[in-house]
Amino acid sequence: MSAPATSELARDDATLRRFLHGLPGVDQVGAEARAASLATRSIKTTSKAWAIDTAIGMVDLTTLEGSDTPGKVRSLCAKAVRPDPSDPSVPPVAAVCVYPDLVATAVDALNGASVQVASVATAFPSGRASLPTKLRDVRDAVAAGATEIDMVIDRGAFLAGRWLQVFEEIVATKAECGDAHLKVILETGELATLDNVRRASWLALLAGADFIKTSTGKISPAATPPVALVMLEAVRDFASANGDIVGGRIGDLRGVKLAGGIRAAKEAVRYLVMVNEVAGEEWLTPKLFRFGASSLLNDLLLQRHKLATGAYDGPDYVTVD
Amino acid sequence: MSPTFDYAPAPESRDIARLQPSYQIFVDGAFRDGTGDAVKSINPADEEPLAEVTEAGPSDVDDAVRAARRAFEGPWSAMSGAERGKYLFRIARAIQERSRELAVLESLDNGKPIKESRDVDVPLAAAHFFYYAGWADKLAYAGYGPDPRPIGVCGQVIPWNFPLLMAAWKLAPALACGNTAVLKPAETTPLSALVLAEIIAEADLPPGVVNVLAGGPAVGQAIVAHDGIDKIAFTGSTEVGKIIQRTVAGTGKKLTLELGGKAANIVFEDAPLDQAVEGIVNGIFFNQGQVCCAGSRLLVQESIEDELITALQRRLATLRVGHPLDKNTDVGAINSAAQLARIRELSEVGEAEGARRWSPPCELPDRGFWFAPTLFTGVSQASRIAQEEIFGPVLSVLTFRTPDEAVAKANNTPYGLSAGVWTEKGSRILSMANRLRAGVVWANTFNRFDPTAPFGGYKESGFGREGGRHGLAGYLDV
Repeated sequence: MSAPATSELARDDATLRRFLHGLPGVDQVGAEARAASLATRSIKTTSKAWAIDTAIGMVDLTTLEGSDTPGKVRSLCAKAVRPDPSDPSVPPVAAVCVYPDLVATAVDALNGASVQVASVATAFPSGRASLPTKLRDVRDAVAAGATEIDMVIDRGAFLAGRWLQVFEEIVATKAECGDAHLKVILETGELATLDNVRRASWLALLAGADFIKTSTGKISPAATPPVALVMLEAVRDFASANGDIVGGRIGDLRGVKLAGGIRAAKEAVRYLVMVNEVAGEEWLTPKLFRFGASSLLNDLLLQRHKLATGAYDGPDYVTVD
Repeated sequence: MSPTFDYAPAPESRDIARLQPSYQIFVDGAFRDGTGDAVKSINPADEEPLAEVTEAGPSDVDDAVRAARRAFEGPWSAMSGAERGKYLFRIARAIQERSRELAVLESLDNGKPIKESRDVDVPLAAAHFFYYAGWADKLAYAGYGPDPRPIGVCGQVIPWNFPLLMAAWKLAPALACGNTAVLKPAETTPLSALVLAEIIAEADLPPGVVNVLAGGPAVGQAIVAHDGIDKIAFTGSTEVGKIIQRTVAGTGKKLTLELGGKAANIVFEDAPLDQAVEGIVNGIFFNQGQVCCAGSRLLVQESIEDELITALQRRLATLRVGHPLDKNTDVGAINSAAQLARIRELSEVGEAEGARRWSPPCELPDRGFWFAPTLFTGVSQASRIAQEEIFGPVLSVLTFRTPDEAVAKANNTPYGLSAGVWTEKGSRILSMANRLRAGVVWANTFNRFDPTAPFGGYKESGFGREGGRHGLAGYLDV
């Protein structure tokens, strides 16, 4: 697929619309069938062990509650660095994900560990604020030491056809991020159709998103297998089309983050199968694929222990946070 | 951490199939040794013998037909539809209860991947019995008059590609309508039909209502030519179908034939491409392409040919070819040495005719009958691989420019069993479906089967319909 340069596309809503609506459609029945068929892969023994450790290393350990406190965040950071206190062979997670005002606490608690600090921003989760307010939110988080920013798109603008506004907000946020990686939350549960998911994915990728992310976790449905499928197809197709766009280079790989509703290790392993077979094995790295989750980590730890010892532990054998 | 995700072997246990050392034919409600040869049924994945099967001889065919006649004139046709329905429901439930056993057995005997026998063949076989069980007491409302009568004794000869499912397609409507049956499974895949006979025996069907005779072409010929049979139903090759039609001509026997195909899978430039790729893969690599309605000709609009072929090749590289019992296997073994030879021969013809041949890198096992998924591009309408049924995992890619050209090329075949249309434009789907001369036209999907949907061919793909209300017509005296 070839596309005109981004500068041309981002001229007005009509031009963006023509491009986004020119993308191949998604047949929902077919996409659901493909996602369901990938879920029948049987991952056992050594490959299951590999998948569980890989998944642990892809977790963005998240707490996004009004009741979050410095104590809660410090506790989360300790778990992020060493998920299982009794087993040092468990890899650390990819990042912790917190609100901007708790970034400094997380940076301090992590104390130079490999775990990244991600912060939601841009009036998360609704995105209903003026652009200057959103950018100020980002600036605060970055200044406090966040290395990854999880922004939300303006779903109202997207659904109203104000594509250019969505595009420009992403571009502005990316500029505000500086060196921090930008994850763009599409909130697919509010976009409703898989065609919209594909269009929003491309819009975000064209605007410079390092990652596209399904959900805030505040809306249901959040990450679902068909949505993940369409987003993985988008980063795959973008990587091969990118030579034609923005003067970019082929092989410019962008990531996907699934967030919300993924609680079981079994689901995480199924998503890794999907990453492997849809996007390709180059995406099987925390640099290009993440799970935004809180309770998933404990199930991964329980399954890891089951695989190693043959016996299930109870919930009291993993830490609550 | 190195990004390599190798799926460890995940084999289904072969013990689940409860393989017996030997299997017998089923005549007049009892299992007995056939008077024909004792032959070994082999596993096409490793060429090892699975079990011995005693085949039927001419006297067994006579016995089976006589038993079927007695059952027809005795209890079966006189029984109320509701009572017949109970037997069919019982068979359907027993298939579900023994579904794992049947799935593993089918994969062992046929070579198809366990995920297909488990998720498609066996559930659909049960679904056909459930569906026609429901019709058994409602025949007066099927549109064939207030009291449609059965035909009598049906001779049913089925192929090796879906051994259990084809048995279900044949037996369920026949029994629902009040007929009795003499069924012959294919020579290379008799086992699941003989286990189905066991289920039928356990369901306590009156003796002779269903008879299952293992055997080769000679047994098939004896059934087809038998004076005591009122109707022949055959699924298999067009070549054999023509012989059967000649044999029954002038005898008064009724006949339905479901024969070969060379289906066009037509992808327009506005198609949902990712799903079209899945549909193409499912169309030609499902059951190793050994499907009469396989989408063996890909007609792609020239404007998207490169993009679609690139996407298709990338997808084919993820297909897992190998051990049929591994739950992660996508493409299993070819059913027999003879079929493999035919696939090889026609593929060589394709190359000799100048088409470009491509297969993804895949290691094939040393023993057994294997053929890598294969794509031919640059195929012209005049090529043999665009005209002849290969019945294997080989896709011929042709291009078209306009809808008219797509219709002309799709219909330009002696066959007419199925077709696929991929486009986001609903009006185009309807206009294409009206113009394609094929019994089944799938829109934005392929190889989807359901007992409620009639299935059957135009032209040399046969006549008569199986499935749905239409499937009753072939087993009623209408």
